[in-house]
Amino acid sequence: MNFDQARFSRDDHYEPLLSEKDSTTVEVDADGVLPDDLTRDELTLPGLSEPQLARHYTRLSQMNYSVELGPYPLGSCTMKYNPSFTEDVAADPNAAVHPDRSDRTIQGTLGLLHGLQEQLAEIGGMDAVTLQPPAGAAGEFTGILIAKAYHEARGDDRSEIIIPASAHGTNFASAALAGYDVVELPSDEDGRVDIEALDAAISEETAALMLTNPNTLGLFERDILEISEMVHDAGGLLYYDGANFNALLGRARPGDMGFDIMHYNVHKTFATPHGGGGPGAGPVGVVDELADYLPSPMVRETAAGYELFEPESSIGKVHGFGGNWLVLVKAYAYIARLGDSGLSDASAKAVLNANYLASQLDLEVPYGPFHHEFAATSGDRDAADVAKRMLDYGVHPPTTKWPELVSQAMLTEPTEVEDKASLDDLAHAFNAAYADSDEALETAPTKTSARRIDQVSAARNPRLSWQALGDDE
Amino acid sequence: MTAGNGRRDGSPYAPHTDADEAAMLDAVGVESAESLFDIPEDVRFDGEFGIDATDERDLRESIANLFARNEELTEFLGRGHHAHYVPALVDDLSRRSEFLTSYTQYQPEIAQGFLQALFEYQSMLVELTGLPVANCSMYDAATALAEAALLADRLRRGASGHRVLVPEHLQEGRLGVLENYLDGADMEIGDYPMDDGAVDLDALSDLVDDETVMVYAESPTVRGVIEENLSEIGDLAHENDALFCLGSDVVALALLEEPASVGADVVVGEADALGLGTSYGMGLGIFATREKFLRQVPGRLVGASEDAEDMRAFTLTLQTREQHIRKERATSNICTNQAWVALRTAMHMAWLGPDRLVDLATRAVTDARDLAARLDDISGLRAPVYDRHHFREFVVHTDQPAPAIANDLAGRGFAVHTLDDHHLQVCITDVNADAADRLVAAFEEVA
Repeated sequence: MNFDQARFSRDDHYEPLLSEKDSTTVEVDADGVLPDDLTRDELTLPGLSEPQLARHYTRLSQMNYSVELGPYPLGSCTMKYNPSFTEDVAADPNAAVHPDRSDRTIQGTLGLLHGLQEQLAEIGGMDAVTLQPPAGAAGEFTGILIAKAYHEARGDDRSEIIIPASAHGTNFASAALAGYDVVELPSDEDGRVDIEALDAAISEETAALMLTNPNTLGLFERDILEISEMVHDAGGLLYYDGANFNALLGRARPGDMGFDIMHYNVHKTFATPHGGGGPGAGPVGVVDELADYLPSPMVRETAAGYELFEPESSIGKVHGFGGNWLVLVKAYAYIARLGDSGLSDASAKAVLNANYLASQLDLEVPYGPFHHEFAATSGDRDAADVAKRMLDYGVHPPTTKWPELVSQAMLTEPTEVEDKASLDDLAHAFNAAYADSDEALETAPTKTSARRIDQVSAARNPRLSWQALGDDE
Repeated sequence: MTAGNGRRDGSPYAPHTDADEAAMLDAVGVESAESLFDIPEDVRFDGEFGIDATDERDLRESIANLFARNEELTEFLGRGHHAHYVPALVDDLSRRSEFLTSYTQYQPEIAQGFLQALFEYQSMLVELTGLPVANCSMYDAATALAEAALLADRLRRGASGHRVLVPEHLQEGRLGVLENYLDGADMEIGDYPMDDGAVDLDALSDLVDDETVMVYAESPTVRGVIEENLSEIGDLAHENDALFCLGSDVVALALLEEPASVGADVVVGEADALGLGTSYGMGLGIFATREKFLRQVPGRLVGASEDAEDMRAFTLTLQTREQHIRKERATSNICTNQAWVALRTAMHMAWLGPDRLVDLATRAVTDARDLAARLDDISGLRAPVYDRHHFREFVVHTDQPAPAIANDLAGRGFAVHTLDDHHLQVCITDVNADAADRLVAAFEEVA
């Protein structure tokens, strides 16, 4: 496949900034409305016509790669196709209601939220689910706050959260945000939790162990029941990071593996669009014993209809309102569209795709058997350079140089939405880039809108707004 | 269900033909995809979720029917979630799949379009706040406020105390989120009283001390009051080596005093008032600050740089602050954010341009003033309760019980906030202004 990304350029820049197309200064004159000293003097912003804006943003869109353009196998990101109809469902004007409406006037909204709470509880094997956390990391934070509230209610002051070294960076940051010390757990030589190291790490200070399963190498933690027993015997809780849940749908549930708390990344597993970085949603499921600690409000069904309520020992709020509503609607619609058979098939095809792709690569994959993702190594080639070269083949490269357990890692997750031909294209891009000359790798990419971008200059001389351009250049 | 790819069931979004699947299994060397799952028997799930697959058409109809159960009320609601008319251009362009279905820009060379749009969003926030650094999104105003307090505390590591002062009138969600975020840092929250709906300066002055790391004030407040003493509040904070954090929103900032000029060190608030529309509280948090706090900023930042052909190009930058590099020492745990909402907000702001944006903000003052005056003329009502300038919304005193009046208004097709037994709150913007006459008539009947 040949590829050239759209590229609008002139002089020393690509598509001009809005501010370069127009910059209009208006005097703010609120005479008779507000006293002068309560208003600003002037405001300078671009003032463009609608046709100019349509062209501006359409051109920008063409200089942006997306999952509808081609494969996007970022490991642990689950970039699957986002069904079109879910956008229309979420845009229903009847659903555009304010969160302070009384319960009885928004039965439709509450009904959908209740339905999603139930769907997610079933899929994860959990007893109760909150939809409030607006992202995966917010879900982690919520889950850890629940663990903290649980221990505190028992008069049990614990100070540590155990996290495998290979875990997502958010795990560490979320635990720290909740005030815990992080105990980092090394992996064993198979790439899984080192049971002996875990045994040494667990103590009466252990509030929880956070685990991703399958882990970030795509490996299932086979000793999960033993791990669960060890943590629980010490009075700790087991937390499931749902980032890799797309591997397990219909085959294993965190609740059945002994996990007490989990978050779901609906923007991964349940196909809501990533929107260039967000919004996502990070619902949190818990077992019965922890349900009273969930954030407020929750939705329940009564004889009179759906109503909001505050759980008895609620941790309170983790979002100003109810979280990312539009995302939750899309997740509900996706789950209802696929049902049991579709969800189960999605995981089967995601795992098949990862295994097939790996079988076509010239790169070594040191750990297995893996599920929906694998960490290949580019060996003596720089993984970041190989990734840049892959861009020239019209595919998005995998996550690079992470997890650190694999040197020059290329963490690859093709998801279930790629067909064989697309995977073959992807394999070709991997293999061709991997085999290419040092010079080709260093000068790549050459088919993208912009060429290799100087990261050092961006960080050393931060220019974070158009007002800052021209400063000390 | 027909999956649409010749198979009777399975995911409609997994495109494998039977022949492809067979070839792939063969290449992997297994009989079935099932055998690829390395899951011990004792944790295998062999039950069912009980969720039936549904055709797209049937599903759209059933969800539409569900949403139709929402009563059609004209909302005069605000308190932290505000709606203005969103032009069709925003929906059309933001839904382009190149934007909507892209990921965080880890490979900037192939993601210049989104990066530039976010850079432009940051720049517009810089213009509105007068502060040189704006990140490209927080989840909402509540979490942005909490992140500001954590930033303030990090700057004051050696301080004798860790207190944040917030107004007595604060949206419940913002207070609740702040409590949860500060708990882990052993910080505490103090609230200062309001005087006629605005900051009671004397009382605040008594409360600010060397244990205070941040003073938070809002303009407009959750009750719609435009604060008149922002500079004085900032001075009180600075005299005690505390940060001054100002909460506002993207429309109000176009009209009210520029935050930098009143000494604000951090500006937080909601930007979703432009671009998103009413969406059950989904938000977009503003986070802007001074240059000297740059390395303490939470969340993603887009910066300009150069590419190998010396062309200006954009990239995520200063990522060593972030969780994927710094782990438990990151400035925040935020990863997935609200980038797509920021794109929409920028589009809406650019569509308005400075003229119409200032007009929109000016109307928020005059419409609130006029509506309050009309309600004040109704026997049994007093509005606005506070003798202040208001932005979009104001509090109404009711002689009769407020919950009963709100209920009667709902019966006539209107939603307003009930604050307590004798206070309602009403919010007017360009999307409900044409219903103001009917709202006044309804109030006349029920007050």
